[in-house]
Formats: sequence, C-alpha cells, structure tokens
Amino acid sequence: MKLGQPIPTVVGRGVFVPGDDIDTDRIIPARFMKCVTFDGLGAYAFHDERFREDGSSKGHPLDAAAHAGASVLVSGRNFGCGSSREHAPQALYRFGLRAVLAPSFAEIFAGNCTTLGIVCGVVGADDADAIGAAVTAEPGAVLTLDVAGGRVALGDRNWPMALPASTREALLSGRWDPLQELAEQAAAVSRVARALPYAAWTGLDGAEVSRG
Amino acid sequence: MGRSLYRKVWDAHTVTTLADGRTQLFIGLHLVHEVTSPQAFAALDELGLAVAYPQRTFATVDHIVPTDTLARPLADSLAEGMLAALEANTARHGIAYFGVGDARQGIVHVIGPELGLTQPGMTICCGDSHTSTHGAFGALAFGIGTSQVRDVLATQTLALEPLKVRRVQIDGALGAGVYAKDVILHVIRTLGVKGGVGFAYEFAGSTVDAMSMEERMTLCNMSIEGGARVGYCNPDATTFAWLRGRAHAPTGTAWDAAVGAWEAVASDADAVYDDVVHVDAAAIRPTVTWGINPGQAMGIDEAIPTASDVPASERGTWQDALDYMGVTAGAPIAGTRVDVAFIGSCTNSRLSDLREVARHVQGHKVRDGVTALVVPGSWDVARQAEAEGLPAIFEAAGFQWRQPGCSMCLAMNPDKLVGDQLCASSSNRNFKGRQGSARGRTVLMSPVMVAAAAIAGEVADARSVFAGSLGDGASTRGGEA
Repeated sequence: MKLGQPIPTVVGRGVFVPGDDIDTDRIIPARFMKCVTFDGLGAYAFHDERFREDGSSKGHPLDAAAHAGASVLVSGRNFGCGSSREHAPQALYRFGLRAVLAPSFAEIFAGNCTTLGIVCGVVGADDADAIGAAVTAEPGAVLTLDVAGGRVALGDRNWPMALPASTREALLSGRWDPLQELAEQAAAVSRVARALPYAAWTGLDGAEVSRG
Repeated sequence: MGRSLYRKVWDAHTVTTLADGRTQLFIGLHLVHEVTSPQAFAALDELGLAVAYPQRTFATVDHIVPTDTLARPLADSLAEGMLAALEANTARHGIAYFGVGDARQGIVHVIGPELGLTQPGMTICCGDSHTSTHGAFGALAFGIGTSQVRDVLATQTLALEPLKVRRVQIDGALGAGVYAKDVILHVIRTLGVKGGVGFAYEFAGSTVDAMSMEERMTLCNMSIEGGARVGYCNPDATTFAWLRGRAHAPTGTAWDAAVGAWEAVASDADAVYDDVVHVDAAAIRPTVTWGINPGQAMGIDEAIPTASDVPASERGTWQDALDYMGVTAGAPIAGTRVDVAFIGSCTNSRLSDLREVARHVQGHKVRDGVTALVVPGSWDVARQAEAEGLPAIFEAAGFQWRQPGCSMCLAMNPDKLVGDQLCASSSNRNFKGRQGSARGRTVLMSPVMVAAAAIAGEVADARSVFAGSLGDGASTRGGEA
C-alpha cells in the first residue's frame, strides 16, 4: 500500500456549470454504471446535459473549446446530492477535473472526492457566481486553490475557500486515501469488535456462526 | 447528561482517532451489491489484500436483474459481466452471496432486515445511499462510495467525521390515505433537500412509535433525500417482535441478552440533540413531487408553487423543474397525465405496501394506455404475496406482477421510461433522467397513490379514487395486519 501525494494546491483553468442541487444521476446517469472498472467513465460525465438523444452536442460548457483542459469545476449549492455512487467523482476525475468549487456539497459525494484526492472547496454563493462569471469571461485564466491558506485566486482577485479541518489535513498530509492507516490498526479493530454487545451472536467474538 | 442512540453506537464502534482527526469506526455489517463493488474487489486484488471480516459481509444482486426472466446469461452483456464479477468475487473471498435463483435474493435494503442481519445498535454500510433504511431498527446505517467499500472489505472500518443529530419529532395521527411515504416527503419538503447535510435524523414521536417496522423503513430510507446520510428510529417492542425468529436473529439466551442490549442502545430520555424540529402528523396530506428533486413536493390538493412561493435562492431550480416536467406554476398537479405506474423500490416494495395496494385496487382497472408494474422487493415478499393471492388481484386490475429487483427506480435493468414519459412512482428519486430516459419524468408518491394514478390515468387523490375503501374513518395504516 502507498500513501498519496500531498495536495497543497490545485492550479488550473475553470469551467462554470451553474445550478443548485446538481445530483449524481446528472453527473453520471445510471445506465453508464454498467461496468466493472471506472475506466472510460470520463466520456459520460454530465452526459445527458451535454448531448441530445441523437448524440448531437447541446453546447454544454464542458464541451466548449475554450474550456478544454479545464480542471476546476465551479457550480451551485448541494453539489453531488443523491446517490453514493463513486462513479460520479470518478467520472469527473477521468474527465480531467481535480477540484470542484461550490457553496455546499452533499456529504457522501464530498467524502468520495476526498478519497480520490479531488478538492471540494466551499465558497460563498455570491463568490461561486463571481468565480463562475470570471472563468466564463476569461476561459484561459488560471485559478489557484490554496488548500493550506483557504483561498481561491484568479489574477489579482481572490476569495475565501473553506474545507472541513480533517479534509484539509488529509489533503495536505497526503493521507486523503485512508486505507493504509486503517489497516495499521488491525489489533485495535479486533479488540473493539470482540467487545461489541452483538459479538457473541454474530461471530465477532471468534466463535463460528453459520452463515448464508 | 444522556446520550442519543447515534452517540452510543458511534462510541461503541470507535477504534481510534486518525492523524487527520477523523474517527476510525468499526462496521458491524457490510452489505454488498453488483454495481458499487467490482472496482473495490479489484483494488483489493491489486493490493494483495484479503477481506478482513468475511463473516460480516453479505452480498446480493438487485440493481441490474431483469424482472421478467431469470435466464442466464442475461441479455444485457454488461449486466451479465457485473453479475459474473460479483459471483467470482464473493466466491473467492468466502462471502455469503444471495444470487439469482437463491430464495433469499432481493433488494439489499429489503433482504437485510428480512434475514435478521439488520439489528439495533449495529453500524451498517453498503455502497448505496439508501442504506439509511436499516436505521429503522436503531442501527447507524449509511451509504458509502466504492473506495470506502474497499476500506470496509480490507479492514472492516472507515475513516469518518461524526454527524450532528437532529431529532425529528412527529406527533399525532395520520389521516386517511396518508402513509409513511407522505410523512417523509413532507419532512423533506419542510426541511429541504440540503437541510440534513451534516446531520443524522432521529425520527421520534407518537406517530413513529405507532408505525410498523416497514413504515419506519420507508421513513428512514429517504433520509438521504433530505441530505441526511443517516436516519434512524429508536428500537422498541415493535422492533424486537419483528426480528424474533428471523434467520440471523439471535436465539435462546442470546436473544434475551440481545433484547437487553438493544433496549440500552435507545436514546436516553435526557439525550442532548444538536437540533429538534416538530412535525404535526395531522397536517400531512397525501404528498407528491412536482419537480426534479424530492423536496419539490406538494399536497395533492395544493397548487404547484409560483415564483412568489419560492425563495429567491431556489428560483433557478424551480424554473428548471417547471421546464423539465412540463407543468405550470399555480396549477394543480392532480390531472397530470401518467404513462407509467411503478410500485416497487427499497422505499415501498414490502409486503405491507403490496397488501395495502391490493386492498384498494380490487374492482378497479388500470386506465388504457398506462403501463403499471408491481415489483416486489424480494423473493420472500413475492412468496408471501403469492401465498395471499395478491398477484391475482393486481393482474385482474391490469397491473403486471414482476420478479424482485430495483427495476424502474433507477432503470439499470430493462425496465425503463421511453422519451418524456411520465411515471407515477413509489420510488425515492425524481431526478432528471432517473428512470432510464434522459427526458423521462418522475412523480414520487405512496404506493396507494401510484395505484390511484394508474387507475385514473392521471395524478389523482387516492382518497377520491378509492373513496369506497379509503373514505373517512376507513383504516389506512400501512402496517402489518
């Protein structure tokens, strides 16, 4: 197992997808989850917002030539609500996005992002609109998300950006994927399991319980 | 100072505090299905890790199974590939698997409780946001992403931040034709789709106390639609009676010890909450959605909100919803033409749901042009319904009786809307494109309201359509007989 790399900053061009309550079905429609790997999901990010049923483009910002290669998505409140499907952040990551800026995030979505090293920066609702307008007007301008300092900068403008304390720490220390740390505690895990009230009748106390 | 159930269960399962400040939490039960697990198993294999606690891991297949045939290979080769992956992964890691053809197969959130795997005081995870359903039993149950499925497989633990706890105190009697589904739609409408972010919802009060386990499951199921990752009810005599005798429930002296432990895990009378809200059950009407998220809901006899009814911050979503749904602000939702009626999903596919629908549809007929499906939540539900003769009642009324699965809730199997069809649905999400067509439209409601819509051919008040069986004074509880 390996630790991730620290993520002190995300530097890249932005793309604005306005709207509140953008749900995970919109980010990746369920029919594209019929897969056993996440490879290739990037092509289907926001699929039904981007393409008509005949496959023609609706002219979505993600498909605008000026925004090609953008790595910071700017959006509205409660971004990522709905399903726990990691396919949603995986699709965004594989599309090339490394951060999302929004006034608020759905909880499971934000946790899934952190585990992948995607930064979910919380900005004010007016600031999200301002950043969105700025990157739309100047698609070539580069945003700098300062994880440690809690700011987003674009040229000479900057805005506050909040992250939960543990998320900030995880990103800065490179511990955003917690598996190794969790695995190191196997002995303590076993002690907790054996002490649970239901250990006796579920086999957690070491006794065999018939299953299935 | 007393503790809430949430706090007690959290504390009992805490392993340590991690370097970034998160808590490492032990997971007592891990449920696995075909959609969110293959990449987790692949990651495990890549890292050369074993499943740490296979005896606490149980798998089934539900999202992609057809509801009209069990024939293998599945006609959809991608679905077949997912099914084959789950079969191989569970066999290789020694995980109990309730697969196609197994009498225990069904929607993961229906079979967990049904088999007695779901118990009070447990931490329960599944790669599915409707895992909150299991909170009905006084478990701390929540959905996780695939990387977290990997973490639980490898370590039986997760790195988590604790939630705040909001007590949702619901008191009073429900009116005729008002069900647990209406209660939760009303709660989400009131508190908002993001009102629960950062919270666990403790559902309490006389209305909840009077609910059957199946009603409590419907309530907790949709917590996540209000933003709350966890929803739960405190365990009580109703809970214990439901669990007794189930396949994985404790027996003999272990049963007595279990009941003692389960009683002790309930929130203390003087428990401290981060927030308390009160809901008057008598004020809840049969509730339906009109928009593109579950908070865009209304009483069946109300008008679709106009701009002045909506806060400025929500007007963008309001306009988007009107455009997408093709409905008119200020107009009633009743009378909106329905193409498809779907009774099923982890929200409302249990025996009591089917019994209640069957009681009302006798003597009625689904309107010509409406496709109406009844999809039981599990083979156990299907068998019991068959033993009671319910399928014959549904079929006589013009409903198709299908085989268990998630079906048209998210349309990962062949059951899908076409074009801009409108579906009266007992499921949990009315997001754009949710039911398999990018332009498909969903109106969420209780199973009895879905049946009323199927019969009327339009969104309708079940209290009128079923005036004979659902009139004032008629018993309307959705609970077990």
